[in-house]
Amino acid sequence: MTEQIDAGMVARRIAESDRLGSPDPSREIGRARRRKEDARLITGRTLWTDDIQLPGMLYVAFLRSPMAHARIARVDTSAARTQPGVVAVYSGRDFAGEQGNLPCAWPVSEDIVIPDHPPMAVEEVRYVGEAVACVVATDRYKAADALEAIEVDYEPLEPVLDMTEALAEGSPKVHEAGNRAFTWKFSGGDVEAAFRDAPVLIERTYVQQRLIPTAMEPRAVVATTDGTAFTLYSSTQIPHVLRVMLALTTGIPEHLLRVVAPDVGGGFGSKLQVTAEEVLCLLLTRRIGKPVKWTESRSEGNLTAHHGRDQLQRIALAAERDGRIRGMRADLLADMGAYLMLVTPGIPILGAFMYNGIYKMDAYDFTCTGVFTTKMPTDAYRGAGRPEATFAIERAVDELAHELGMDPVELRRRNWITHQEFPYTTIAGLTYDSGNYEAATDRALALFGYDKLRAEQADRRDRRDPVQLGIGVSTYTEMCGLAPSRVLGSLSYGAGGWEHAAVRLLPTGKVEVVTGTSPHGQGHETAWSQIAADAMGVPFEDVSVLHGDTTVAPRGMDTYGSRSLVIGGVAVLQACEKVKEKARKLAAHMLEASPEDIEFSGGTFTVRGTSAGKTIQELALAAFAAHDLPEGFEPRLDAEVTFDPQNFSFPHGTHLCAVEVDTETGLTKIRSYVAVDDVGTVVNPLIVEGQVHGGIAQGIGQALFEEAVHDAEGNLLTTTMTDYLIPSAADLPEFVTDRTETPATSNVLGAKGVGEAGTIAATPAVVNAVVDALRPYGVRDVRMPCSPERIWRAIGESGGAAAGWAGPTESEGGER
Amino acid sequence: MIPAAFDYVRPASLEEACHVLATSGEEAKVLAGGQSLLPLLRLRLAYPSVLVDLGRLPDLHGVQDRGDHVFIGALTTHDEVMRSPVIREHVPLVALATATVADPAVRHRGTFGGSLAHADPAGDLPAVALALDCVFVTRMTGGQREIPAADFFVDYLESALEAGEVLVGVKVPKLGAGWGFHYEKFHRTAQAWAVVGVAAAVRTEGGAIAEARIGLTNMGSTPVRAPAVEAALRGAPSAAPNGNGSSNGAHDPVRDACGEAADDTSPPADLHATSDYRRHLARVLTYRAVRAASA
Ligand SMILES: Cc1cc2nc3c(=O)[nH]c(=O)nc-3n(C[C@H](O)[C@H](O)[C@H](O)COP(=O)(O)OP(=O)(O)OC[C@H]3O[C@@H](n4cnc5c(N)ncnc54)[C@H](O)[C@@H]3O)c2cc1C
Repeated sequence: MTEQIDAGMVARRIAESDRLGSPDPSREIGRARRRKEDARLITGRTLWTDDIQLPGMLYVAFLRSPMAHARIARVDTSAARTQPGVVAVYSGRDFAGEQGNLPCAWPVSEDIVIPDHPPMAVEEVRYVGEAVACVVATDRYKAADALEAIEVDYEPLEPVLDMTEALAEGSPKVHEAGNRAFTWKFSGGDVEAAFRDAPVLIERTYVQQRLIPTAMEPRAVVATTDGTAFTLYSSTQIPHVLRVMLALTTGIPEHLLRVVAPDVGGGFGSKLQVTAEEVLCLLLTRRIGKPVKWTESRSEGNLTAHHGRDQLQRIALAAERDGRIRGMRADLLADMGAYLMLVTPGIPILGAFMYNGIYKMDAYDFTCTGVFTTKMPTDAYRGAGRPEATFAIERAVDELAHELGMDPVELRRRNWITHQEFPYTTIAGLTYDSGNYEAATDRALALFGYDKLRAEQADRRDRRDPVQLGIGVSTYTEMCGLAPSRVLGSLSYGAGGWEHAAVRLLPTGKVEVVTGTSPHGQGHETAWSQIAADAMGVPFEDVSVLHGDTTVAPRGMDTYGSRSLVIGGVAVLQACEKVKEKARKLAAHMLEASPEDIEFSGGTFTVRGTSAGKTIQELALAAFAAHDLPEGFEPRLDAEVTFDPQNFSFPHGTHLCAVEVDTETGLTKIRSYVAVDDVGTVVNPLIVEGQVHGGIAQGIGQALFEEAVHDAEGNLLTTTMTDYLIPSAADLPEFVTDRTETPATSNVLGAKGVGEAGTIAATPAVVNAVVDALRPYGVRDVRMPCSPERIWRAIGESGGAAAGWAGPTESEGGER
Repeated sequence: MIPAAFDYVRPASLEEACHVLATSGEEAKVLAGGQSLLPLLRLRLAYPSVLVDLGRLPDLHGVQDRGDHVFIGALTTHDEVMRSPVIREHVPLVALATATVADPAVRHRGTFGGSLAHADPAGDLPAVALALDCVFVTRMTGGQREIPAADFFVDYLESALEAGEVLVGVKVPKLGAGWGFHYEKFHRTAQAWAVVGVAAAVRTEGGAIAEARIGLTNMGSTPVRAPAVEAALRGAPSAAPNGNGSSNGAHDPVRDACGEAADDTSPPADLHATSDYRRHLARVLTYRAVRAASA
């Protein structure tokens, strides 16, 4: 008999399983709680944005440019307007006076060019997929049908697709002002000196391919108005930032605009945006007076949800013969795409401080040039700037090890910051507060069986086995927990990096936590409940967490950059402490003792040395009744905290990957993967484990599978999941994970961000392994994703056609 | 991802289905599992006026042992095919290839007949049908016919089926004793289509290959046989010279034969592979398939 599965049952099962095997039953923090939000998420008993139905709702569809670059000569919407069910059809021109520009909140440099970016193109289209017109109809089918009746005449202009060519003299221009968006420089130490007469020099160029974030839930927007006030529901990571930005760009007063992020099915940065669709849905509901909804299709999302990465990295390392790194240069071209969106230019800059990785060096020099092309804009994607930096340094260090004939782990040991040296201020100017690279690396090597695998590798090389073994190392750190407002300000970022929390003790002793973070898969409801339960001495089940609605949680800076726990979670803890201080006063009053004599433990305030006490629940009721309160005591037990950290958080770890490369076909199989991460104090090991697993999967995705590909006209070819390959569980090995714990000193929890760590670490680990497998063939790089054909060609080009099969011929070189 | 409007009919009998198809002309489309047709509709790459859903036609379901051949009803799902004891025993190559199709969700909906009627050269089953010399049994108003596999696949996504013609099922000949089978599929992710696939049936006798049939997936606008390989394999010793099949110098006539796998093919070039690389894969994979089938 099959059991009826419902959300309640799943929730009960999850709660039951949690009662088992808790390390310290008196503490919630550190407990591998299953996530309380999952029951409703995995049984579908929740409201995703697309599920929202409002009376009189209309549906929006966008006509999108089929050209990468063209002048819009004419848009004729007349035929579409007469189609059945069509309420309105508008072109960009119809909104020209009203739509303004999509905002860029991170003007990184003085010389930055921020081009106009109307939500619907008016004069010119600059990427395939840019909205040129929209239909509002009584259902989404009629809206889609009517799109086909809109006529647009385009006068084609030259597409601009390659960054290097875009900067060359005489290139066609994406914008009048040219194709250079900005140049941003950083320099620490005497780089000239470090490179002068350097005994060893490693110079490499790496391509960070363009990626498509591919959140499970497509973007969706619902906008409605009662004639005065507006509500926007959006599948967004940033309801608070969005509200401010929309108020600024649409002129709808902030106090009359509510933004709601219902449960959101993943973002990976792609929903850290102020999108054309959000702005236009708001403007459409304002103009038409009825609720409107838009939900993207997967293909539409691949085209128009912002893309990630897309950088060309020129890297140079100068070193001594004993392996000591003297200095590093990183010279980047970063593809902005056609416009600067919310934090587009800031993404490569977030990497600027990480190219030195975990290593000590005398000098470092960084230059980044942002380049316009006629492609979808890039912006935040899991790791945002830091995966690129980590890839570059970890790949280059492996190259240096190879050049010196040194084991790559040994080379790292000679250069990394030792645990006695923390806090350590790096050549890039950051102060790493804590860490222990030795401990994480030793643990990883042991779990991996490093020496045994090296022996097998040697054996396979000797035997000229058609399947070669490669071992990849990645010892990463990253800066996350964005971030101190002061530092963000110094980088010209448009906002602060604080986070807000409110904690309310309800009359019955239950606790409501209101958070300004905006979870979209991270499990904040569970982790914040654990923090509050410990702090307040109440059962985990007695805490609920409210988020994602600017009316319910009016203050917040939302979720991205692995910031939620280390800023938002800390704010929750601090708010709990404030509530407790108030409760202590009340307890003292009721127990007729002085507050200094009151002790708190396990949810009860007692008078020191006596058994007289009041539980937090009793105090909650007493505060509610308000019959007998201390002089001047407001009848409520709640508190708010806005926390702004003093520093970033610096998780680190060592990831080791072993791959088997079939040299006859070029196919890479990951044989084993070990990740030992140090994310400081762990609130919930299961959630950390989930973040690490998903992060590694995404890092592997970049290394082996994913790439947004355009043709020579600028059409995106990877618009479906048949073409844009992301790995599923079936493509991934079992990950062996472990942790070392070096608490952060920058927050009271001692926690470090974990949301991006796996993605940052994994990509170089995998590519290092692939290249390591191919060393006997003279291969020193394979462009990502390391597809079977690229690997086959790399072997062939080195003259090492595998095992008797012919290699690639000259006739058909073609980069794939 | 929103299809244009269409009518939908679900006939209760094969006669009715043929009648509806005959009367609604070129714009009508047969719907089986929908796993290939619905994506085309959603991307607005196809605009049929009527979908004729065969889902309720009992005569098109199921697998029958008919002595010298196995009859597989067109609507038999991939999952049923994989699990059918008759297929596993008598025509195992079909089960082996089907197990590589997509993922469980798709295999529970997608049908054997739909996969063949769709005539996608990247599909795993067309090459198998070709290698096994299957016979396609069809019906239309006032008639029926049998089409040999060699004539069935006409061009990219184009079969010999005419408008109004329904594929009822497929006769898969049993090959008998001494045959071994293998389907070697090369794909980028577990759920992905074949970059190249090789269906091999090999009969060994007295330590040598007596007969071989090779069907290639995604090596042209239709599935193709590799006649040069089939001929060259005849008489080759069935055991590998040094066990593991890797080269290491020793001469291997099977390897030489498989080197002809890409002869006379014109494989496509797409995001996952150039034509040149597909030719290379065809050789390597044919060798692996033949080795596995004759092991
Ligand atoms: C995500 C995904 C991955 C896939 N991966 C693979 C793969 O790796 N390998 C592979 O081989 N396939 C793959 N497929 C395709 C899958 O095997 C389909 O099931 C199959 O191609 C079509 O079968 P269907 O029953 O769904 O046919 P439908 O989609 O219903 O129809 C397909 C076509 O055949 C016609 N047709 C169907 N049945 C008949 C009939 N009885 N008579 C006449 N015409 C008919 C239809 O009119 C239509 O033109 C994949 C599909 C998906 C969605």
